[in-house]
Amino acid sequence: MKLRSSSFFGRAALALLAPALFAQTPGVLTVPDPPKLTVGRAADPVLKLKVSIRPGYHANSNSPSEEYLIPMKLTWDTAGPIQPVDVLYPKPKMEKYEFSDKPLSVFDGDFEITTKFKRAANPPLGPAFLTGKLRYQACNDKMCLPPKTVEIKLPVLMQ
Amino acid sequence: MKATFNSFLTSAALSLTLVLAAAAAPPEPAKRIAPAFTLKDSAGKPVRLADYKGKVVLLNFWSTTCGPCRLEIPWFVEFQKTYKDKGFTVIGIALDEEWDSVKPYVADKKVNYPVVIGTETIDKAYGGIEALPTTFIIDRQGRIASTHIGLVSKKDYEIEIQQLLR
Repeated sequence: MKLRSSSFFGRAALALLAPALFAQTPGVLTVPDPPKLTVGRAADPVLKLKVSIRPGYHANSNSPSEEYLIPMKLTWDTAGPIQPVDVLYPKPKMEKYEFSDKPLSVFDGDFEITTKFKRAANPPLGPAFLTGKLRYQACNDKMCLPPKTVEIKLPVLMQ
Repeated sequence: MKATFNSFLTSAALSLTLVLAAAAAPPEPAKRIAPAFTLKDSAGKPVRLADYKGKVVLLNFWSTTCGPCRLEIPWFVEFQKTYKDKGFTVIGIALDEEWDSVKPYVADKKVNYPVVIGTETIDKAYGGIEALPTTFIIDRQGRIASTHIGLVSKKDYEIEIQQLLR
């Protein structure tokens, strides 16, 4: 299931090492830097992460219709001042492509992935960062691009 | 004298036209020699490009997670069956990390040509594989006759193979 190749996975590694660069470079999939999340004591924080896929391309959804496809997956560091409780993906589209007999479960265009967090026990107050990783594989009707993992840096203000 | 001069002018104009036409026509780019490699198949047996010298080789970079790649594999199995005895072979280079996913897939599709797992070295040697499938057609002289990035029709592949086998 995993792939390797300097071009294929070298770039995935680079995406992890230089998230800011990749966030700014227009690619097939872009994730704008999320705004600061202010976390009070009263309510559990929720983040809606914006994702945009270039027209003509798609990424497999979080629950691909074929076992061989790499699912989209958003994960968060669990050691921060807030902890992920649930990650909610949008409703996928079922699209038919030239290379598949059956429609595939995909995301395309602009969409949001929602993460529900909870406050960690006795977190340090003040500004902090939480890191997340979005793994995906983008394809079009004719080809697939290397699977990528994009690092997300979420600024958090703990009150 | 006048007729001779006119004839000189005509032939000079013709020569100039031919020279200009020759200069305007882009030269045919020299075909690159396909980089040599030795990689192991799932049984650990080495697969060397050099062993297929004199044959037309369809070198296919693919992966099990790539839908368009999976569509092409049965075509390649068919080409191998049809053209193997005419001086042709397919070599599959899977860019999956492990044999775990490749082996069962190859067995299920009854792949009848050599399949190896790719390395960074071969990826770089072939210019860095940007997208899958990427397929190089290598002629009998060991030169890269064409490169296809993305899905190509079965018919187009077959025409190209037949032309190179002539």
